[in-house]
Amino acid sequence: MSQSEEQWTTVIKPRNKLFEVNLRELWDYRDLISLFIKRNIITQYKQTILGPLWFVVQPALTVIMYMIVFGGIAGIPTDGVPRPLFYLAGTCMWNYFSECLTKTSNTFVNNAGIFGKVYFPRLSMPIADVLSNLLRFGIQFGFFILVYAIYAIIGDSGAHLNWYALLFPFLVIMMAGLALGFGILISSMTTKYRDLQVLFSFIVQLWMYATPIVYPLSQTKGMFWCGIPVHKLMCLNPVTPVIETFKYGFLGAGEFVGWRWLIYSFVFMWVLLALGVVVFNKVQKSFMDTV
Amino acid sequence: MSTAIEFNNISKQYRLGLVSTKTLSHDLNRWWQTAVLHKEDPYLKIGSTNDRSKAADSEYVWALKDINFKVEQGDVVGIIGKNGAGKSTLLKLLSRVTGPTTGTIRAKGRIGSLLEVGTGFHPEMTGRENIYMNGAILGMTKQEITKKLDEIVDFSGCERYIDTPVKRYSSGMMVRLGFAVAAHLDPEILVVDEVLAVGDAEFQKKAIGKMQDVSRGEGRTVLFVSHNMASIRALCKTGVLLEKGMVRATGRINNVVETYLDSAEAEMSEIVKSVRVYDESIRINCIRFNGSINNKTTIVSNQEFLDVVIDGETSKCLKNTDIQILFKSREETPMAILCEGHYKGATEDIPIGKFCIEKRIVLPRYLGQGDYKIDIAMHEPMVRWLFYAENAVFVHADGGLDGVGQAMNMKSGGVIGLETTKGL
Repeated sequence: MSQSEEQWTTVIKPRNKLFEVNLRELWDYRDLISLFIKRNIITQYKQTILGPLWFVVQPALTVIMYMIVFGGIAGIPTDGVPRPLFYLAGTCMWNYFSECLTKTSNTFVNNAGIFGKVYFPRLSMPIADVLSNLLRFGIQFGFFILVYAIYAIIGDSGAHLNWYALLFPFLVIMMAGLALGFGILISSMTTKYRDLQVLFSFIVQLWMYATPIVYPLSQTKGMFWCGIPVHKLMCLNPVTPVIETFKYGFLGAGEFVGWRWLIYSFVFMWVLLALGVVVFNKVQKSFMDTV
Repeated sequence: MSTAIEFNNISKQYRLGLVSTKTLSHDLNRWWQTAVLHKEDPYLKIGSTNDRSKAADSEYVWALKDINFKVEQGDVVGIIGKNGAGKSTLLKLLSRVTGPTTGTIRAKGRIGSLLEVGTGFHPEMTGRENIYMNGAILGMTKQEITKKLDEIVDFSGCERYIDTPVKRYSSGMMVRLGFAVAAHLDPEILVVDEVLAVGDAEFQKKAIGKMQDVSRGEGRTVLFVSHNMASIRALCKTGVLLEKGMVRATGRINNVVETYLDSAEAEMSEIVKSVRVYDESIRINCIRFNGSINNKTTIVSNQEFLDVVIDGETSKCLKNTDIQILFKSREETPMAILCEGHYKGATEDIPIGKFCIEKRIVLPRYLGQGDYKIDIAMHEPMVRWLFYAENAVFVHADGGLDGVGQAMNMKSGGVIGLETTKGL
């Protein structure tokens, strides 16, 4: 039996083994991934006059709103960094994360039509989503650098660029990995029961406030909850060390969270990705019947 | 020849109704039984067979049950069956859109599936961009597409619009473009679901021609689902007949199609039940065909005439009426027609009250052996229908006058005009 088994190139069985993830196949479909990326980018600003410029308008308006609400009304300090720069840094990073997360968490539901007609490695869809969002992030990051440069020229920036800024590519990868991992996990869990999906959009909003975007992490120093320092609780959120490192590296805001927390986030990302891929792989086989 | 695809005890179970808390309790129970107690899935045993028209006695249904068959390499297999017999489910399993509940499918070579044309087309992207998108989704690499791009554009006949977003296309053009991409896909195994039934006549011809090339010349294995028996017969060598999720027959395509048509034909009933009246002033009480009021009859060999008697009444005087009787093959291709009002201007006026129209049709000298479907109608030629009875009678003919047979088949071309004779 095992001898004749080898001639078959495709064997379709009711269930995959738990860790039977075909990454090779994903590589074979790399052309498809690149086309999905191209499609996502092209279709985003078709028939708009400002085009990619819209990617800049949105964070600009957000920052102005934060300056009024959190800076002006609530009076939350920003570690001595000019408010626009501080908020812009956080918004840029967070936007990328939340965009990727909401996009990938709807993979199965949004693509049911195409998934129901043809087979290709389903993972190529969320991967393309995360990669195509990099363009948007790149533009927003460029905007951040521009504002940064203006402050530097005027000369009154309280921001200090330091060596930790070199961690930037690594930080982006971590954001992408975390968003992808969470996204595909949520997507896999919402194919049959949509309850979680309703809850999820709301959780993403709350998550932002649990991450130091509109306030510096240093604000939580010296606060305790049930005897545990709030500062440490915040760092349990794997996004916090990433955002904090970014802000510290580029703006010199607050202080470095420490390698320990950064490695924690990194390990968290890999565990999450592995879990996400395994669950996603299990669901993709028969999700069409329940979606 | 070696086996290209092997279906081994393939079954697919679906749950009926909505996803609700009941589903959740079933899921929890299933998980408890299989994962914790290591027992069999309790819901796999209770599924009922797939009969679309009967109310369900269980919440689970077997869309496919114990499918076993093999497909030889280079075979073109037609999969036929009524709606809901499991044809599309079978193709879905083979194209890995969803997994089987039990069983294994083994295949040799790349499987390309064509369950829909133009999958993944984005309305905002141009024709060219969509060719790449669609091609990649179907499993081609960028390089392969670039190599075939000119051919694809040429085949689609949309060259002028190739750099226009497809949302500006007519639906026919969209389909042409989609099929053009699919036609240039070259996997070892091709799975096709009714996509030939799209586009205009010219394009359909092109598409069927392409399918024939693919199957004949290039020795590819093709699985093809269609309700069009004529194109199934033209394209396929072997067939699989599915009924209620099970394989009813396999083998040579002609035998399988015959079996299907036998099972698909109507139950015995009175001819008059198939009448649809288009003028409220008339009523049809009884139709006798070949001496019988039932819709199944046999024309014995050496029979010269066929009698049709229509009894009815009218509350209005009917002017210039005529009876039309159409002989069709089982695939509904017209074969012969009686329509004297049209061809000879021989119409009748029917006065108010009861009427009885009698026609004695002269059967052709060479009547092919086989089965025919008959439409009976009354009309004012070129003006309007008074009544129409579609597939009113199913006739089995034993053969021609001198037993030669086969004269009245599609290949002889055209429709034979029938005539009546006096003296019923």
